[in-house]
Amino acid sequence: MAVDTPATDALQGAVGPAVVDVRGVEKRFANGTQALAPVDLAVRPGEFVTLLGPSGCGKSTLLRAIAGLTQPSAGALRWWGGDAGHVGEPGRKLVFVFQDATLMPWTRVRANVRLPLDLAGVPRDEADARVDASLALVGLAKFDRHYPRELSGGMQMRTSIARALVTEPDLLLLDEPFGALDEITRNKLDADLLELWWRKRFTVMFVTHSIYEAVFLSTRVVVMSARPGRVFREIVIDAPHPRTEAFRVTQEFAAYAKLLSECLMEASTEGAPSRNAGAPNGTAGAPQGNDGAPDGTAGASSRGVAAMAGKPGASA
Amino acid sequence: MKRDWLGKVVAPAAVGVVVLALWQWLVTALEVPVYLVPSPLLVAQTLVDDRVLLLGSLWVTLKVTFAAFVIAVLGGTAMAFVFVQSRWVERSLFPYAVLLQVTPIVAIAPLIIIWVDNAGVALTLCAAIVAIFPVISNTTLGLRSVSPGLADLFRMNKATRWQTLARLRIPSALPYFFGGLRISSGLSLIGAVVAEFVAGTGGTGAGLAYQILVSGFQLNVPRLFAALFLITLTGVVLFVLMVWLSRLALGDWHESELTIEP
Repeated sequence: MAVDTPATDALQGAVGPAVVDVRGVEKRFANGTQALAPVDLAVRPGEFVTLLGPSGCGKSTLLRAIAGLTQPSAGALRWWGGDAGHVGEPGRKLVFVFQDATLMPWTRVRANVRLPLDLAGVPRDEADARVDASLALVGLAKFDRHYPRELSGGMQMRTSIARALVTEPDLLLLDEPFGALDEITRNKLDADLLELWWRKRFTVMFVTHSIYEAVFLSTRVVVMSARPGRVFREIVIDAPHPRTEAFRVTQEFAAYAKLLSECLMEASTEGAPSRNAGAPNGTAGAPQGNDGAPDGTAGASSRGVAAMAGKPGASA
Repeated sequence: MKRDWLGKVVAPAAVGVVVLALWQWLVTALEVPVYLVPSPLLVAQTLVDDRVLLLGSLWVTLKVTFAAFVIAVLGGTAMAFVFVQSRWVERSLFPYAVLLQVTPIVAIAPLIIIWVDNAGVALTLCAAIVAIFPVISNTTLGLRSVSPGLADLFRMNKATRWQTLARLRIPSALPYFFGGLRISSGLSLIGAVVAEFVAGTGGTGAGLAYQILVSGFQLNVPRLFAALFLITLTGVVLFVLMVWLSRLALGDWHESELTIEP
């Protein structure tokens, strides 16, 4: 690791309102299924927060609620301390990257990436320059004249990310973006995304069901459990950034993976009976010496910057 | 590439030539009377001899077919756009579009001919009624077949209704629309011929259907075959034209137009 700066240092100075503040958000579908029990979660500027959990734990639903794509049945959402009406203003730009690339098959890569700018009425010359820059960021500069179908799955996903980056977002929401890709491609895209995050300093919320992806990418992992979906525990991944592929083979990485794996196991065996939001507090498996990150009362812990300072005992 | 050409043109052409040769040989060998089955050569001869009459009729039928097709495409597309404005509109109007589709044109043609003075207009109207339904149903389906992810993307980017229509709904609908065109172009021709059978034009405004009727009465079977040949040829040309149009519009991106590598 060239620069031995803990992620926490980069975030320590972050002040002002949370990028996203989720308070008591619930989601009940029309058929009565409760997708989300009341969820509290706050994300600070510059964080890379991963929502980790089994399928059906509501992590995608939560992300879609944050994106404004679905309305919560109860609870409140705040973006940069304001309501949905201010999202999209300078400094408050939010983009969503879908599970699949979601490209328009009838236009070339360039027009696909330019779409958000076209819709916003950005002049063509300026838009094209920004598209070039964005394509260069994801390593697709030479593919702007291709149609989506001419690209591999990984390249289509890169196009999708380029389209997200072209608006210079402040918050990037990614819903299992690399879930359909093979592991080698996924690792590469993970590393590239992490590097982009490190360079551009936007805030990321990332949904995955891969423990290794969560450890590799995140500054903080929010472990969710299912039926109904809720936050089970939060774990700070206090490994220094920028992280490289070498991080994947460290003892620290393995320790975090083990911790998350145990945590997921616990979340699945705990099941529904415990309605108490604070239940996981202080249970076995919580890293020692942590100032509260794994505290079940997610809302409180995540708002306290002190939570970031804790180092899991497992990694010591 | 060479194989492709071979498969697409030479093979079907060879089948055609063989069938025609067999037909010619059978008719000559079995001495089939001309008023039952004329030989292909005689039909070709009739086509040349009666060219003024037949081409004149072809022109009349073509005019009706094209006018009906244009009305069907414009009207059908317009109706599809109305339908997708709201589920309410679609639910209220779609049954009547179906009604139009299921009522046999032969049954309503006499009515239309009574109501409309001009025979040409009456025929065009009949043919358009036959041809409009595939355009309506396919285009409506297409305009609704928008990928949910792309719809979310447009919504998140605060796209206006117009932007969503022009940049998302219409391109998504194109493959369906062209599928509708292929069916509708054939139906326009069928509608034009059937309507003329029912209405009867006669005189200078006679189309190919009239020539078939009259040739039948007069037992002028070679001319009947010649007229039939012209109708079939028109149908094939229309179809090829639609395929070509569709390729022009979708060739670069849609799965239906991709050539599969062997």
